[in-house]
Formats: sequence, structure tokens, C-alpha cells
Amino acid sequence: MTGQAAAAPIFDTDELVINMGPQHPSTHGVLRVVLRLDGERVVDADVVIGYIHRGIEKLCENRDWTQIILLTDRMDYVAAATNNLGYCETVEKLMEIEVPRRARYIRTILAELQRIASHCLWLGTHAMDIGAMTVFLYAFRERELILDLFEEYCGARLTYNSMRIGGLPLDIPTGWDVKVREFCKVMDEKVPEYEELLTNNRIWLERTRDIGVISAEDAIGLGLCGPPLRGSGVYRDVRKDEPYAAYDELEFDVPLGTRGDTYDRYLIRLEEFRQSIRLIRQALDGLPEGPVMGKVPRLIKPKAGETYHAIESPKGELGYFIVSDGRATNPYRMRVRPPSFCNLQGLRPLVVGHLVADVVALIGTIDIVLGEVDR
Amino acid sequence: MADAPKSGEPAAESSSAQPPDARPPAGTDGDAAAKPVEPAAEAPAGKGGASGDTAAAKPKPAAAAKPRPKPKPKAPPEAPKGPVDPPPPEDLERPAFLTALEAALPGRIHGLAYWVGDWTVIVTPDALLDVAAFLKDSDDGSFDYCSDLTATDWPPRGKRFDVLYCLYSTRLRQRVRIKVQAGDGESVPSVTGLWPAANWLEREVWDMFGVDFTGHPDLRRILMPDGWQGHPQRKDYPLEGPGELLLESPMEWLRLRNARDEAEIE
Repeated sequence: MTGQAAAAPIFDTDELVINMGPQHPSTHGVLRVVLRLDGERVVDADVVIGYIHRGIEKLCENRDWTQIILLTDRMDYVAAATNNLGYCETVEKLMEIEVPRRARYIRTILAELQRIASHCLWLGTHAMDIGAMTVFLYAFRERELILDLFEEYCGARLTYNSMRIGGLPLDIPTGWDVKVREFCKVMDEKVPEYEELLTNNRIWLERTRDIGVISAEDAIGLGLCGPPLRGSGVYRDVRKDEPYAAYDELEFDVPLGTRGDTYDRYLIRLEEFRQSIRLIRQALDGLPEGPVMGKVPRLIKPKAGETYHAIESPKGELGYFIVSDGRATNPYRMRVRPPSFCNLQGLRPLVVGHLVADVVALIGTIDIVLGEVDR
Repeated sequence: MADAPKSGEPAAESSSAQPPDARPPAGTDGDAAAKPVEPAAEAPAGKGGASGDTAAAKPKPAAAAKPRPKPKPKAPPEAPKGPVDPPPPEDLERPAFLTALEAALPGRIHGLAYWVGDWTVIVTPDALLDVAAFLKDSDDGSFDYCSDLTATDWPPRGKRFDVLYCLYSTRLRQRVRIKVQAGDGESVPSVTGLWPAANWLEREVWDMFGVDFTGHPDLRRILMPDGWQGHPQRKDYPLEGPGELLLESPMEWLRLRNARDEAEIE
């Protein structure tokens, strides 16, 4: 017995399987990653999801067309307005409803504010995962201003239920546009502050440069979308390719990465802050007068048919596939194409070969919200 | 009124029989009293609801109230047989990739559908891989991005599942959908070889609908727990979830559910 123990090496050199999550501060929710490690290096990873699966798609088949809007809030709960927008636009496409121009502009403003809020949350948590505490506090300070703006617009701070099929429930309150302009001014000053803290920070560069590199072909093949896809240099933005709301009337640039690593994805989201501010300013300048609600039949009952419509949510391509049977006041089938789900699929190829500490950075860089992954 | 002498007669004969005999007259009295009261009681409601002359309103609620107690054997609306898949209008110009597809793979395409700007190619499972590969590799198509993969359940139909592939071309910025019909237990070839993105999406379709994908590298449940019974997105799967009874004895669960539905209809 003792002889055997003496013959064995002091340290086990076998591969080790460890379990990260579902309760882990850096998994941003209830995500479980099973890692197979060789020393500190990741050999393989299995992503386990479904911990907060609530069956939203099934539920939607049993709710009215209008009742579904508030269910969409509960998917990507840090970007509820874009979820509302995607759903409403899909039903409008199915029913061929024309949305008034003013409503389309306000929707654009809300969607872009939401993008800034979502990116603030991403930046704060991503930086904190890597160890930069201050950025978290800075980013949440600005996110708070957006939540105040949303509260003034629709009364809610997180789950807005802020859009309706055919337009918007409310016009903007008096003086709201001035406050949005003030916010844009604040944000103009704050983005350089984030950059000062991180962009040339040596620790940040060490932790993000060449970490999680993915080529353009792999990114397309894996179905990545949003900043992770653009980080690899693929020009793909639903706002440009298949314009919706008022994006075809506004000017903005799509930032692209060159290396496809974590640092590029960080730079892209920072640039998206600026582009979003630019879009909000243009939309406010060109905000047309008129109604905010289009001509919608009292009973929403699309003709039998099916359609897929996608928008660019802060996380990427958010698509809705809706089937109407033409007889019921609820959709026959509703499918959500969640950008976080498709991006999370890319986690495995990203982490293989990296250190355990980088897994935390890579979960952060793909910007997932588990409410949307699991639905 | 006519009952009054009847109740008086037995009362004279025996006092012991009085209580049981006295009841029916009281009951009939009550019924007689109730009949005129009923419309009177409903009249104010009718008045309040539809402001109008009381004379016309009085008989209306009575007439409306009469058929209500009768159990209406109202058949539930029949489940839809399947998607309509409207054919494309004759005058609509077909995109280049569709004409190329029809020329390259004649006879392999089951149909074409067009609705609110979306093109759908309907194929059978055995032709899926050929059509998908052609759409991905052809110059007119180059659908290199699998946007979404999902399914729809149409239970009355023999081939109850529609598996849908939403494709996008990052080069030409165009979309198309492929639709495959599959029966229960029938398998569909996996497209993970063409688009690795389909991996998780096919797992989700298998998890939610039970459509089997042959050639999938890792077909496991993804959203539901590993040991789950049934496929939740099927139309015959209950919205409220299975519960313990369904897992233990499905027949008893079904009987209770039917009984509850009948009680609700009544």
C-alpha cells in the first residue's frame, strides 16, 4: 500500500473536470460551464443552459397578440425596449400595418437609449469580471440616467412594455427631448472617461488582447451576431442591411474589428456608444410631428401566414418568427431567435486553449443575458 | 292558489303527515312566486345595460335568459390543418437564386411560398441537404448564415412538423426560408455540416418538438432537464406542464382534465 503511494507522482497530472456555475458571480445569471482542464488550460467545455427556462414561446401561443408585448420584456430584461420593438414590428409586418413616422422616430430613440443602457451594463460587469471595479460604478451611474428617462416616458425602469402594435402607447412627455439631449451631452463626456480607464490600461490589454480570437468565417458559420460578429470584421448590422424603424433615414457608422479578439469587441461596443448618441441626436433633430399610433383594427387578428423579422438588439440579431392561423386572437406559433443563445454557442470554441481566468473574460465579452438564452 | 285546499285536507286527516305534505305546496308556492319575480329582478339590469323603454326591455332578458341553462354543444373550433403557404403571385419576379435552384435541382422542390416579402422553399426531408447545400454554395444564393432554425407543430396533419431554416446571405443581404415536413418519429438530416450554428438550434427543436436529426453530433436536450418526459412545444402538451399525476398515470390525468373542461363549459 505504502509502496504504491510512493510510486505514484505527488501531483495528479490527469485532466480535471470542474464545474463553473450555475451559481457563479461571473456567469451573469444561472449559466453552468463544465470545463475539462489540463493544469490551468481549458481542453474542452460544455455549456449547460436552461436553468431559467420559463416556456415563454409556449406561453405566447396562449396569449393575445397584445398581451405578448409584456412577455417579451422578460426575455432580455436589460434591453426590454428592443424586445418590444422586434415583436411589434413583426406583427406589423404580418398585418401590413403602416407605423406613423413620428412613432418610428421615437422608437429609434428608445432603442438607441436602450442600447446605451445595455452596453453600460455590459461594460460595467465585464470590466468587474476582469478586475476593474471603478468602471462598474461609472457605467451604472450613466445607466441610471437612462432608466430615469425611461421611467419618465413609460413609468417603468426595467420592463417597459413601451410599444404597441401599430405605434406607441404614448407620445413623449413635454420636455423629455430636452432631457435626452442633456443626457447625450453627459454621455459625450463619459465615454472618454471609460476609455481613459481601460483602452490603454496595460492590465486590460494583457487580459483582452488576443483572447478568444475567432475568424470571420467561423463567426459566420457559428451564427454569431452583433458585436462578436462585427469584431471579426464582418459587416453585418440589421439596422443597415434590413432597415427598420427610422434607421434608413438616419446616418451612422458600423464599427468593425480587425483581429476578432476580446479587445476588438470591447472597442466596438465603445464606438457603438458614440454612434447611438449620434443616432439619438439626429432622431431628435428630425423628429416629425404627427400621431404616434397607426390605423390598427380593434381586434388584432392577422391573416393566416408566417413571417420572420429581425432587428438589431444590443446583443445582436433578435428575430421573431410568428405563425398566424388567421382564426384565433393568439399566434399559432411564436419563435424568438435570441441573439444571446446563438452567441453563447460560440463560447466553446472561444475558451478552448485558454486559461480558466480567461473563461470569465470570454463569458463577459459575448454579452449574454440568461433570461433571453433560456426564455 | 289551487293547492291550498289540498294542503288543508291532509292536515285534517293526520297531523304527523303535515310537515312532509306541507312542503310541496310551499315549494310550488315558491316557484309560482319566483316566476313573476325573475323578469322583474332582471329588468333593472336590462334597463341599466341598454337605456331604453322598460316595456321592450322586460321580455328581452327573459328571452335571453331562457336558452342559457340549456347545455350548448358548441364544438370547439377545429384545429388548423396546416400552414396556408400561399403560392407566389404570377406577376412577381422570382429572385435569381430561386430560378437557379429550380434549374439545378428539378423535381426536388416540393413547392414555393411567398408571404409579406418572405420566400419559402418547401422540400421533402430527403432533398433537404441537396437544396441547402445548393443555396449555400451557389453564387446567386451564398446563404452562409443560418439565422434561425425552428419548427411548427400541426397535429391533425399526417406529417405534423414543419422544420424551418431561416437563411441569410452576408454577402448578398438576402433571406430565404426552407421548410421541411416531417412526421412524428420521422428524422430529418442535420445541417450542422453546412452551418455549425445549427447545432444548438437543432438540439432545441429536438428538445421542444421531438424531431430527430440524423447526423447531429450531439443531440441532447438543451433547455429542459436531461430526464424530461415529452416535448413541451408540441400542441398536445399541456400549457400548465405535466404535474406529478401526468407522469404517474397519464390516463387518470386526462380523465380529470376532461371532467374539468366539461365543468367549465357548463
